[in-house]
Amino acid sequence: MKAHLTRRYMFSASHRLHSDAMSEEENKVTYGKCNNPYGHGHNYALEVTVSGPVDESTGMVCNLTDLDAFVEREILERFHLQNLNVVPEFHEAVPTTENLSTSIYDILQRGFRYAHLEKVRIQETVMNSFEYAGGNEIRK
Amino acid sequence: MVYLTRKAEFAASHYYHNPEFSPEENRRIFGKCNNPNGHGHNYTLEVTVKGEVDPRSGFVVDLKHLKEVLNREVLDAMDHRFLNKEVPEFFSRIPTTENLAISIWQRLAPKLNTAHLHRVRVYETPDLFVDFYGEA
Repeated sequence: MKAHLTRRYMFSASHRLHSDAMSEEENKVTYGKCNNPYGHGHNYALEVTVSGPVDESTGMVCNLTDLDAFVEREILERFHLQNLNVVPEFHEAVPTTENLSTSIYDILQRGFRYAHLEKVRIQETVMNSFEYAGGNEIRK
Repeated sequence: MVYLTRKAEFAASHYYHNPEFSPEENRRIFGKCNNPNGHGHNYTLEVTVKGEVDPRSGFVVDLKHLKEVLNREVLDAMDHRFLNKEVPEFFSRIPTTENLAISIWQRLAPKLNTAHLHRVRVYETPDLFVDFYGEA
């Protein structure tokens, strides 16, 4: 039988929202306080949802230790306690939580082999969250 | 279509062990969860039902009925229990969060008369949960 497993991870990072495609004035108007050149930070909560048949011999969709190890190595190592603007993913893209969601989804989609990736959800603050499923409908 | 979610909490202990695996395999696959003395969690259960709103009652489901079924079929059987030793389906099935969600679905689905079960979500801890939608 098919089940969906969601695991939540915390990481903290700083960023500045600024687009080279816009004038200084337009950046200020578009990003407001988030355009502060010194940057600011968030405690992000990342939720990774994977799905698949529950293996009868283990009772699991995938072994949590494999998911935790992958996320630790490929995602938390890359983003936790970093300035997102200097991380390769954001040399060109603006480090909004939208772009962070698609980047993290792509990393998982490319490398995680133990279960099907359903979606990622990122809470930037308790007031806002973002979900991405690679263009697929998100199941509630 | 309106979706309604009812939440409940229960505390239970469990351990993970497959008698077909060698002791080394059990330890490698299940890690600390293989300790036969068991360990426990405060589980949070969310049961979501869906349906059209009845024009007379204004309800999708009689919440009183849902709560009774939930208490009788799930909480009475699992709250403050050692899942491996006291809940029959876990005599043979490993009581992972995945199997717990499936088992709760199987206990509830035949007992809900008007509402259609949409999703069973079981939180083992605040940072780990499983959703089951009744899919084969």
